Amino acid sequence: MSLLDVNHLDVRFALRGGDVRALRDVCFSLDRGERLGIVGESGAGKSVAAFSLLNLIAKPGYIAGGSIRFDGQELTTLSDRALRKVRGHRMSMIFQDPMMTLNPVLTIGEQMVECLKAHRRISTREARGISLNKLQQVQIPSPEARLDQYPHELSGGMRQRVIIAIALLLDPDIIIADEPTTALDVTIQAEIMALLLELCEKHNVGLILITHDLGVVSQVTQRMLVMYAGRVIEQGPTREIINDPQHPYTQGLINALPQMATPGSRLNQIPGSMPSLSNLPSGCAFHPRCSFVERADGSRRQACHDQVPEFVTSGNCQAACHMVAEMIESERIPAEEQD
Amino acid sequence: MIAFLIKRLFHALLVMFVISVIAFAIQDNLGDPIQQMVGQSVPESEREALREELGLNDPFLVQYLRFAVNAAHFDFGYSYVFNQPTTDVVLRHLPATLELVAATTFLIIALSVPIGVYSAIKPRAWLSRFFMGVSIVGISIPVFLTAIVLIQIFAIGVSWSPFPADTGWGAWLNDLISTEGGMPAYGRGDPVHVFGTWETNFASLEGLTYLVLPAISLASIMLPLFIRLIRAEMLEVLQSDYVKFARAKGISPRRIYFLHALKNTMLPVITVGGVQIGTLVAYTILTETVFQWPGMGLMFLDAIERSDIPLIVTYLMIVGLIFVITNTLVDLIYGLINPTVKLTGKPA
Repeated sequence: MSLLDVNHLDVRFALRGGDVRALRDVCFSLDRGERLGIVGESGAGKSVAAFSLLNLIAKPGYIAGGSIRFDGQELTTLSDRALRKVRGHRMSMIFQDPMMTLNPVLTIGEQMVECLKAHRRISTREARGISLNKLQQVQIPSPEARLDQYPHELSGGMRQRVIIAIALLLDPDIIIADEPTTALDVTIQAEIMALLLELCEKHNVGLILITHDLGVVSQVTQRMLVMYAGRVIEQGPTREIINDPQHPYTQGLINALPQMATPGSRLNQIPGSMPSLSNLPSGCAFHPRCSFVERADGSRRQACHDQVPEFVTSGNCQAACHMVAEMIESERIPAEEQD
Repeated sequence: MIAFLIKRLFHALLVMFVISVIAFAIQDNLGDPIQQMVGQSVPESEREALREELGLNDPFLVQYLRFAVNAAHFDFGYSYVFNQPTTDVVLRHLPATLELVAATTFLIIALSVPIGVYSAIKPRAWLSRFFMGVSIVGISIPVFLTAIVLIQIFAIGVSWSPFPADTGWGAWLNDLISTEGGMPAYGRGDPVHVFGTWETNFASLEGLTYLVLPAISLASIMLPLFIRLIRAEMLEVLQSDYVKFARAKGISPRRIYFLHALKNTMLPVITVGGVQIGTLVAYTILTETVFQWPGMGLMFLDAIERSDIPLIVTYLMIVGLIFVITNTLVDLIYGLINPTVKLTGKPA
């Protein structure tokens, strides 16, 4: 059994016009020390998935169903008090914007010490010692001085280093990083990502990396999920998905990378935009934008319109697409005929 | 720190200069002081002589400079009515007003912070909705009306019997909605003398009861304002990433609300609060009139009625000074709480 097992997770937002389903039937798992990437457009549900792991979704969001098993413990039914022991301790988070993540009126030291004190019986002196050690690990210049500084005295990149240090404070099993480099300078992005990767490898910490940067995912993670409109539509080993995407949406995403376009021509894009979660298309949520549907014949096209696709396995990957299912079947038949 | 204080002192002098020009300029437009000083029968030649003697015929600039030099020595002349130095008259009335403002400020701080925080943490609770509803009513009703209603209910007493008094439950309900009154609502009672012109209502329980109704009515507009301000700020802060991050660190809700969120909430509240304390001093005019509280506000209204121009000018100058001092203090406190403001000029 994996360290973290998420099964059929269903997250909804209770709005006036009725519930909006932000996550549907999301399943994935994470082994100790494994690095998993979650990619998708804005609004696909990546962040909701990350926040729901620690039940930190903002009201009116709530977990409507499914299970999150972490180290043998079911998290969805845990009380807030019990969850607090997991948060920041066994599973910690790194947020998107380092300029907003640290409290502006508390010193770096106060914000580190309080985290240690929330989880361990420890003196302030000891806690400061541990904090200093973690600040050294994230390679901040003159770490002793940083403890008594306020966030505004640090640059964005340094603040993200502090946040990584806070995430590592209690030697967690998993770090959930929600677009940790999006708000940073391009030059700083690579440094921070390299640091995060190095520390995760060194301490054997599992990483759930949420991003829309396919380049980062391919460099850092071993497995990845692609999300669309609240569902996982493709998952498998990162290398295989990047090299040979099955789902038309994943193909579109990879095709949209600037490297994939011929120089001088327009960049490739997926036509249309992601549907609103409160008004999802029937059947496969991607079908109005899908290039496969246009090429499909009548009965297949009907399936895309009417039925939510199941996962089909292709090699080590799984994709939720009617067309992929058909292709796998048709490939199998000629292969058998040849024998 | 020193540089900051010097800068603030310079600002303060500038503000006081502007106030003094305005205060001095209105003198000319508040009627003829000679008419206030002498009787009907005094002939015009004597009036002219008096005018010449008092220097009222000098050019505006000369008069103003004379006024400014004296004002710098806290000498604003003699009150026509009291025939005493105006500073003495104002100082005699100042403690009563300051005590009323202090009691009101205490009331506002003690109530607005917990109520504001509570209604931000639990915005849907019926108690929060109740507070929000009441606060709108509080803001909408003018101070003097609140004061009169308070006097009617708690000082005079209300006996109301809409229910049949001959039945047990009716009498009980009538008792419930009727009040006995008896709260003091006139003047300061018997304040305890401290030193100089300062007498205090804070020294005895009886003295404190005299403060209750005036302080409540003075707070009736500011308190709802601050409850709403704190609630709005707190709601915003609770949405912030650093509060979410504190949750993700596993910090207890109490620490998140009262350290992480409240400290950030208070920054704008302190700024507004500084200005409002000055405004409170001005609002005392209404409250002191209704309760006949012998403070500066009542004195000022009296001075206007009797065209006691030197006293009016002194009042304006002193209230201006109070404004300037409180704002400087608030800026100092703000600098202590908000680390991004550097007062000390120590290298970062």
